[in-house]
Amino acid sequence: MLPSDATGPASPAAADDPGVDAPLATAAESDAARRARAALAGVAPEPGAAKPDPILTAAGIRRAFGGIVAVDVERVEVQRGSITALIGPNGAGKTTFFNLLTGFDKPDTGTWSFDGKDMAGVAPHRMAARGMVRTFQLTKSLTKLPVIENMKLGATGQKGEKWWNGLIPGTWKQQEAEIEARADQLLQRFKLDHMRDEYAGALSGGQRKLLEMARALMTDPTLVMLDEPMAGVNPALKQSLNAHVKGLRDEGMTVLFVEHDMDMVHDISDWVIVMAEGRVIAEGTPDDISSNPAVIDAYLGMHQGRSLLEDL
Amino acid sequence: MDIGAVLETAILQFIGFNACYYAIAAIGLNVQFGYAGLLNFGQAGFMAAGAYGLGQTVQIFEISLWWGLLIGIGYATFLGLLMGVPTLRLRSDYLAIVTIASAEIVRLVVRSVKFRGQFGGTDGLTGFARAYQQVGVDLGLDLAGQYGFWIFTFSGRNLWNLIVGWTLVAIFGTIVWLLMRSPWGRVLKAIREDEDAVRSLGKNVYSYKMQALILGGVIGSFAGMMLALGNATVQPDNFSRDLTFFVLTGLVLGGVAKVTGSIVGPMLFWFIYSFLDSFLRQLIDKPVRIGDFTLIQSTDVGVVVFMIMGVLLVLLMVYRPQGLFGNRKEMAFEGR
Ligand SMILES: Nc1ncnc2c1ncn2[C@@H]1O[C@H](COP(=O)(O)OP(=O)(O)OP(=O)(O)O)[C@@H](O)[C@H]1O
Ligand SMILES: [Mg+2]
Repeated sequence: MLPSDATGPASPAAADDPGVDAPLATAAESDAARRARAALAGVAPEPGAAKPDPILTAAGIRRAFGGIVAVDVERVEVQRGSITALIGPNGAGKTTFFNLLTGFDKPDTGTWSFDGKDMAGVAPHRMAARGMVRTFQLTKSLTKLPVIENMKLGATGQKGEKWWNGLIPGTWKQQEAEIEARADQLLQRFKLDHMRDEYAGALSGGQRKLLEMARALMTDPTLVMLDEPMAGVNPALKQSLNAHVKGLRDEGMTVLFVEHDMDMVHDISDWVIVMAEGRVIAEGTPDDISSNPAVIDAYLGMHQGRSLLEDL
Repeated sequence: MDIGAVLETAILQFIGFNACYYAIAAIGLNVQFGYAGLLNFGQAGFMAAGAYGLGQTVQIFEISLWWGLLIGIGYATFLGLLMGVPTLRLRSDYLAIVTIASAEIVRLVVRSVKFRGQFGGTDGLTGFARAYQQVGVDLGLDLAGQYGFWIFTFSGRNLWNLIVGWTLVAIFGTIVWLLMRSPWGRVLKAIREDEDAVRSLGKNVYSYKMQALILGGVIGSFAGMMLALGNATVQPDNFSRDLTFFVLTGLVLGGVAKVTGSIVGPMLFWFIYSFLDSFLRQLIDKPVRIGDFTLIQSTDVGVVVFMIMGVLLVLLMVYRPQGLFGNRKEMAFEGR
């Protein structure tokens, strides 16, 4: 068990539940966090702001479903090594934007690049090999596979995934053992090791969120895109998930996540992008955002901003 | 009533030639339907591809029978591509529609007058199995002789079919068993549950589905080849929709996504079918009448057997949806 100051004020609640203590002993502020915040300190808090070292750049992305323009993003950059939150009321287009960036949906117009490489037209299954992985708002745990098999599925470049190798266990057994070891480490980190051999269908909703995140990490990504990782997760587990997300940044990954819980956004993100009605209406540090009148307006109409207003 | 004779017939069907080529077809169908979740309702089409590939060699192309293995595999692969290319990107229902239609098209083409010169029309193809039987003779079997013990006596010809057939079952069963324990099989099982999740983890779902469709189809084509060799003839009407659905019934009976299920299921299918058939035939040797209304007579038995099998299948689905060998725990997470 970690000292309670490591996880902030909510950790006493977390400590009641042995399954949810924080995974990494992050000090109040890690080096990675300091670096990310310092890099973003000079960035103007306005929509489309250029970042010093963007890992992801999107321009002119537009997607309409019939009459509804779900996404109309002029420009968005995501700073490498940061935790960036994407917020906005229901129906703002966040999930659609995720789908477009990861190739699960095609924009009507627009270009985007990841790590300097053009990504338009790249099939979704090629994203993982390039270091981009996403999770889904509606959890997609493969319920009829054991937890450990869910995890091993995530590893890329598996020899045994070619059928002719699959026939000859000798060709893939060793790699499989390495993958399994890595999967076990991640499971331990996400406190799922006791569920290792259970079917994923036996996990609770929150555990499935954890599993999906851990499985995504098996692809060894540089950019992790999480669509509402905290939805339906109890407060104690949220605290632990928070720490996991911070841990990803500390390991050098970039995180882009969608979230409605403003407390969490405030707690872990280095930068916040606000969408409403398909557009980016504001950007800035969490503090900039909680005092931005445009954001309050957008949320007020949708009565989503309870905790945002509390911050004022 | 001679229950001994009824059981004897049923037991012989349990291990017989029908069960054997059904099992091969079901092993293939299991790759598609059981593991990858592909609704292939056209396994009969793949079986026809194999059978005609063999049948054409001697009679049409005038080449050695053994080229037929390659031709049959080639036809099945081509058929798989034909079905898969337009549908595997779409929702799974489309594959179901296309496969059932394709298998019918195959059957109608091979029995058509127009292609009589290629496929022999309704007469089918014959005269190709000699080289196959010769192998049995070379191995010391007397094709006309009698072999076996107790109730298990077979003609040499029959025994040879059973040896080759069950060897193929063992080979394909082992191949599928190995594949499904490999990472390749893991990807297939994952696709069955959620394609998008698999895609997000960097797997080319379309390619895997195509591989599964073709692999299952090629295994199915061997079932057709076996049927052709065993009967020493290829008849277009052997490959009707009934065949597909009987194979599917056998698979479901045994339990999908289990190699043992795909083998024992078809065996049980033939056991039950033949048991009911000979049982009812003995029972209803003269018409059963209520007043002057004929309830049932011996000519109805064929239909009644299938009605009873249908009811049994419904009961199975209600009380043991995972089939006899399926995994109950896996089923418990259906629809969550
Ligand atoms: N496949 C689709 N067909 C038609 N309209 C769609 C489709 N997907 C999304 N939309 C519409 O696009 C808009 C944006 O939806 P999206 O799911 O991206 O919102 P979101 O910001 O993720 O919302 P939430 O916070 O509720 O998850 C909504 O108006 C939605 O109805
Ligand atoms: Mg959403």
